[in-house]
Amino acid sequence: MSHLLSVADLGAQGIEEILRLTDSFVEVSERAIPKVPALRGKTVVSLFYEDSTRTRLSFETAAKRLGADTMTFSVGTSSVKKGESVRDTVQTIEAMGVDAIVVRHASAGVPWQIARWASSVIVNAGDGWHEHPTQALLDCYTIRRRLGSLQGRRIAIVGDIKHSRVARSDVLAFTMLGAEVVLVAPPTLLPPSLEGWPVTVEHDLDETLSKVDVVYLLRMQLERQREALLPSLREYTARYGLTPRRAEHLGADAIVMHPGPMNRGVEIAAEVADLPNAVMVDQVRNGVAVRMAVLFLLLGSGTQLEGVDRG
Amino acid sequence: MAEAAVLVVTGGRVVDREGERPADIAVGADGRILAVDPSIEPGGAQVLDATGCVVAPGLVDLHTHLREPGREEAETVESGSRAAALGGFTAVVAMPNTEPTVDNAAVVSQVLDLGKRGLCEVFTAGAITVGREGEQLAPMGEMAALGVRLFTDDGRGVQDERLMRRALEYASGLDVTLAQHCEVESLSRGGHMHEGAWSSRLGIPGIPAQAEELMVSRDLALVELTGARMHFQHLSTAGSVELVRAAKAKGLPVTAEACPHHFTLTHAALAGYDPVFKVNPPLRTDGDVAAVKRGLGDGTIDAIATDHAPHTQETKEAPFDEAPCGMVGLETALALALTELELPIERVLALLSWQPAAIAGIADSHGGPVAVGRPANLCVIDTGASWVVDPARSASRSRNNPYAGRTLTGKVRHTVLWGEPVVVEGEAQR
Repeated sequence: MSHLLSVADLGAQGIEEILRLTDSFVEVSERAIPKVPALRGKTVVSLFYEDSTRTRLSFETAAKRLGADTMTFSVGTSSVKKGESVRDTVQTIEAMGVDAIVVRHASAGVPWQIARWASSVIVNAGDGWHEHPTQALLDCYTIRRRLGSLQGRRIAIVGDIKHSRVARSDVLAFTMLGAEVVLVAPPTLLPPSLEGWPVTVEHDLDETLSKVDVVYLLRMQLERQREALLPSLREYTARYGLTPRRAEHLGADAIVMHPGPMNRGVEIAAEVADLPNAVMVDQVRNGVAVRMAVLFLLLGSGTQLEGVDRG
Repeated sequence: MAEAAVLVVTGGRVVDREGERPADIAVGADGRILAVDPSIEPGGAQVLDATGCVVAPGLVDLHTHLREPGREEAETVESGSRAAALGGFTAVVAMPNTEPTVDNAAVVSQVLDLGKRGLCEVFTAGAITVGREGEQLAPMGEMAALGVRLFTDDGRGVQDERLMRRALEYASGLDVTLAQHCEVESLSRGGHMHEGAWSSRLGIPGIPAQAEELMVSRDLALVELTGARMHFQHLSTAGSVELVRAAKAKGLPVTAEACPHHFTLTHAALAGYDPVFKVNPPLRTDGDVAAVKRGLGDGTIDAIATDHAPHTQETKEAPFDEAPCGMVGLETALALALTELELPIERVLALLSWQPAAIAGIADSHGGPVAVGRPANLCVIDTGASWVVDPARSASRSRNNPYAGRTLTGKVRHTVLWGEPVVVEGEAQR
């Protein structure tokens, strides 16, 4: 694997390998000094054209725990504001001698474009509506820690599927690991075509909840109402929000997930977000370990990792 | 043949609207054909060898973007006309979406003046509305007086029905043709590729086929209302082709064009997010490609037009949703038609030469027939030659060619413009 652009590139085997490796890095993260020298001498750059403090911090924490140097290319204060092209920016960064570039961009496909020009490793940290592969990996890891396996599990992804990079990556990853995915959303928030998507579609959340092991809620962007995709956020919450009353339909072991940041009171009620079966904090914690595994696989020398059992 | 020939094209098979026959062609100093005979003795005339080749009326492109004035870094009239000549075109109709817009006599004159130095004859379309803003009719009369025969807001469709009705009525009084880029913007706004399986997978906002079909349908209703003549540009969907087919069956005075990329590429080409494949109307489905091919074969679509749209590498390398639409096409159109359409050469040439010449209103000088007294606007095609597309060898200033590395069959060997060999053995002469 030379880059991580899409979950699809990994295949089930690649995902399994990363999840196995993540176990080791969870263990590292739990040490008093959560650090190993696996990527000492390597430099990882965060190139974030779109703000995402949590994803950027998660990657940077992961890189630092592996002993890598980190740099942040902050688009807001850079020459990009003066009209520099993505290609020129990437070439400038590479000229400083970097090993990996973690890219976040509001436009789908930018990591693919950069991978055609760059000599360093490219990690997709979210591109437009398209993919967010490390989010899918941390979601798989979190489900596995809670439920043992994804095989045969039923997972409902609820909300704005159409504009969600998390949903696109999750559908691929969950189904590759043997889960069934049901998408629950009003038709205006589904992609125009689901041809080739290994999913079923439901429009009634109440019907769905009692039958699933995982309910994965997506963030509802407030502007969807302005775009006439929804009559109102109130109606959305009434039909698709996970209220305490609705949450009662969930099975005893079922878990609630959300990629954050949450709109409490819109897609998820505040009380539900604080229930013990809501695993959002686990998702964030596991995110660091998963990203350590990804960076280690992409940048590691392949030699035995000091103090870490690759499993 | 009392007058001495200055140029003789020997050994070829002439193919024009009259049919096919082996013939040599002699051209006089005035750029007109002196003789068409089975065998002509060249004497002291320059000889163009056409042995084994088809000698055809020069090709005519109804839809070229030359970018001048305003975007000379992407193309100039001169560079675009050289690319056209290398592609076998002896005439192109430049689209008016330049900076400034071709929406008045002064800009028309400027483009026509620039065209005089070109390697093909450059005609220009005029805008239907001022600034292509869809609000006020452009002075079509003053532009028509300078020879403009085709009007379009290309790059955009005229959104307002009432204004389009008035434009059609006004144009019919000038004996000019309105051409429409069919796109209902309220439906396509924000889209960057065909809306369907691939846009859903790639997470790119889509443009539904209906954004085109609704305007085709609306304009057909307006043609019925006004009786005016109308030309549909770059049809890309099965539904549009069907609408035009039904309109022609009803006897409406409409014509249509399709572009090579709409019968050779599908939206699957966008899987790698390469903006070189970003074009408007967008690349569509296999079913749409098949429908466009059928339309070209059965006469529903009258012309192949390139929509040659040069863009610099820098602008095309932007993130997909920021990159401009368009691809170059003048040098590959004929070969793509010969390679990808299973049509006889006469039909391909009808689509690329005499039919577009008629739509452009330039049939008196382009599109043949190859006959004594006619202007010697010719191209010589080696229909069996196989070649690999290399954007770096293009005469265009831009390299946004989606066919890089593709092997095509059929190559232009010579192009003759008003008796002057502007391309000889595949090389531009100036």
